[in-house]
Amino acid sequence: MRTIDNFSRRTFLRQSFGAGALVLGARMIPAPALAALESAVFSPNVFVGIKSDGTVLIVAHRSEMGTSSRTVVPLILADEMEADWKRVKLEQAIGDAKYGDQDTDGSHSVRSFFGVMQECGASARLMLEQAAAKQWGVPVSQCKASLHQVIHTPSGQKVGYGELAAVAAKLPVPDKSQLVFKKKTEYRYIGKDFPIYDLADITHGKAIFGMDAKVEGMVYASVEHSPVLGGKIKSVDNKETLQVRGVSQTVEIPAFKPPHAFQALGGVAVIADNTWAAFQGRKKLKVAWDPGENASYTSSEYKKQLQATARQPGKVVRNVGDVDKGFAGAAKTLEAEYYVPHLAHAAMEPEVAAADFRNGKCTLWAPVQDPQAVQDTVAAAVGIDKKNVICNVTLLGGGFGRKSKPDFCAEAAILSKQLSKPVKVVWTREDDIRFDYYHSVSAMYLKAGLDAGGKPVAWLQRTVFPSIDSTFGLGVRYGSAGELGMGFTDTPYAIANIRAENGEAVNHVRIGWMRSVANIYHAFAVCSFADECAHAAGRDPKDYLLDLIGSPRIVDLKAQGVDYPNMGPIEQYPVDAGRLRKVVELAAEKSGWGKRALPKGHALGIAAHRSFLSYIATVVEVAVSPDGKISIPRVDTAVDAGMIVNPDRVRSQFEGAAVFGASLTLMGEITATAGKIDQSNFHNYPVARMHEAPMETRVHIVESDAPPAGVGEPGVPPFAPALCNAIFAATGKRIRELPIGKQKLT
Amino acid sequence: MITLKINGATRQFDGDPDMPLLWYLRDIAGLTGSKFGCGMGLCGACTVHQDGVAIRSCVTPVRGTAGKEITTIEGLGNGDHPLQKAWAALNVAQCGYCQVGQIMQAASLLKKTPRPTDKDIDEAMAGNICRCGTYQRIRAAIKSAAKEQA
Repeated sequence: MRTIDNFSRRTFLRQSFGAGALVLGARMIPAPALAALESAVFSPNVFVGIKSDGTVLIVAHRSEMGTSSRTVVPLILADEMEADWKRVKLEQAIGDAKYGDQDTDGSHSVRSFFGVMQECGASARLMLEQAAAKQWGVPVSQCKASLHQVIHTPSGQKVGYGELAAVAAKLPVPDKSQLVFKKKTEYRYIGKDFPIYDLADITHGKAIFGMDAKVEGMVYASVEHSPVLGGKIKSVDNKETLQVRGVSQTVEIPAFKPPHAFQALGGVAVIADNTWAAFQGRKKLKVAWDPGENASYTSSEYKKQLQATARQPGKVVRNVGDVDKGFAGAAKTLEAEYYVPHLAHAAMEPEVAAADFRNGKCTLWAPVQDPQAVQDTVAAAVGIDKKNVICNVTLLGGGFGRKSKPDFCAEAAILSKQLSKPVKVVWTREDDIRFDYYHSVSAMYLKAGLDAGGKPVAWLQRTVFPSIDSTFGLGVRYGSAGELGMGFTDTPYAIANIRAENGEAVNHVRIGWMRSVANIYHAFAVCSFADECAHAAGRDPKDYLLDLIGSPRIVDLKAQGVDYPNMGPIEQYPVDAGRLRKVVELAAEKSGWGKRALPKGHALGIAAHRSFLSYIATVVEVAVSPDGKISIPRVDTAVDAGMIVNPDRVRSQFEGAAVFGASLTLMGEITATAGKIDQSNFHNYPVARMHEAPMETRVHIVESDAPPAGVGEPGVPPFAPALCNAIFAATGKRIRELPIGKQKLT
Repeated sequence: MITLKINGATRQFDGDPDMPLLWYLRDIAGLTGSKFGCGMGLCGACTVHQDGVAIRSCVTPVRGTAGKEITTIEGLGNGDHPLQKAWAALNVAQCGYCQVGQIMQAASLLKKTPRPTDKDIDEAMAGNICRCGTYQRIRAAIKSAAKEQA
């Protein structure tokens, strides 16, 4: 249930909105939590306020890391309330449970808040119309809000929102039943290309990222961590460190207690009066470590273990029909193994946080995806109540999931408390790569039985990966339903006999979610294997894929006994084979599949995948030179993400996903030797540069009135298999392990 | 004491002459437009101009810039450089963190090569990473600005 309250008289808001302002808050309370929240003063997830000068203030409660959430979510509200965007100012929310969910990940900002924003905007609009009616002494039916003013329709008289704010503030919030929402044809902003709010600041170097936060009197810190996860300090020699100009001292941060979750890793912080001095001092630091049990982790050995596990039966997580019977009756069987290594997020802005602990309160300025997680983490780290943790959210120089894990914020808070002054912790790129919450490594095994016509009659797939849950709990051996539901238990193929199994894996590094998460390896294996089956059957991969997906229908996983969390209510967002078919057809058509004449060495590959409730099909055109060099002249991606707010930002997300996909397919790999991560910076953990990225990505959006799904992540999963399928078409070489790296193609 | 010339203004620095220009700009001069990305000259986020040519400020010691004209994004073309306009028109930025470095690198390219080919752009921009993947629009914006300037 959802309610909107008038908060105009709440004193805490006066500061930002000024007296006499109309302030509306919306709160969305999930039914089961209602009782618990009734005792709370209120728990809104968005505010809008109008100042008497007509400025509309909208609180952006989602973080901006490049996906345009900060612009797009308030834009929905502005549109519905008939606000002039030119007169809208955004206020970035601090972390606070009153806003509801602030964790900007899972591609759900629009999905979760479209309705809330609409309702809040429609309430504001109606109240402004009511205020005008009262002022003029006319029926409200004669008053129509239009672009920041209310018009008396019979006379044409107009009054601005600013002039109405004080009157509107005294009105009761209308019941939802009174609200009239704008029709699609009446939208000013929704559905149109729209620049992000911070664009001019960004291009002029004025935008404030976490790296740019400055607090009066702050010192800078760089922290030396144990090179092996869980290692303990044996001894510290800081003599040379203290001789570095600008360095004042070193401070030990206690090691985390397992499970590590978002705790500070622990280590030795070098404190200085500028960032570079802190870095230099750290280079001179001599710390002897007891590496602990994770020193046993060498990824090349671990890879063999995962692969061996994937060859054995695992825990059955989906079972349809009888695969063994299916295989026995098959005319032909195919087997393949796939492998995707650990990956690092490597956002352009390394982890950074400024903290000021004083008088039992801790104030932070940080580029974080989840400021409420910062509250929880910092509260535990410095022993205060979370209500005394104030987390100011800056712009994020990329996030991709890394910045929803605020271990670096805990470091800043611990140091500030200890030093009794503001501290800014700055991670180096080396820290970022070596101390990431890595995208999980995975080994997969697939087997298909084809009938005489090449149609699959049995399909077995196994996945083995250390689970993200191992970050939060000890002894975790299997993937969570959420991870398995990302492209593994929900494979929407129309095959009579399907079995999906998950094997055990023990974790040795911090594992975390990275843009599109488990979908990356699952889509790579499943969509590559679909292509392998097509070739084995002697069929066109696109036609074969459509046959695999089968007739338009809802795939009822619950009826198959699958524990499938989905990313939204299954009734609202079912697994719809018809929508997947449509994007395959659209991508094929737009890419000129089977029709476009391609130069020698060029070929197309296709893959389609549903994730984050969106349906994506990608066709990659690859060019392989005679000496085996790969380039990507063109990508065509068809997107059905339901209703969308800002087509330009949707396109940009899929353009970016193709580059992210190219990085992980061509060159992304994190390895470890004796527990130490082997990579450290962009020379040995390369990401795609301009000349390596797709030259052109064309995004084809399916016009849809379905509920909004997600766009930040779902472009990534189909890219790797589409590229590798294209490489097979061009060279006959099947890529089953990522990255392609030094694998020979000719 | 080192005398620096940044965006036309003369500044004195008596700190460690080995400090990279980036950290002088960011921590001492308060010019935070130039970004820290790698500290090894590998990503280009720190790109500024030295006598009109793009350099990586994260690996350029302050002492090496004495007597040279340093231009940062804060001093580029009075804020309405054709590239900044093209960047806005094409909505290039996603997170925005690398974009200053990209613009400074592109400005240096256009100065030397007013009508760059795709190959020129590839070569000039190869040192600037964008993890959000805005390359396609960066390329288009450079071409658009080049046209504007012609």
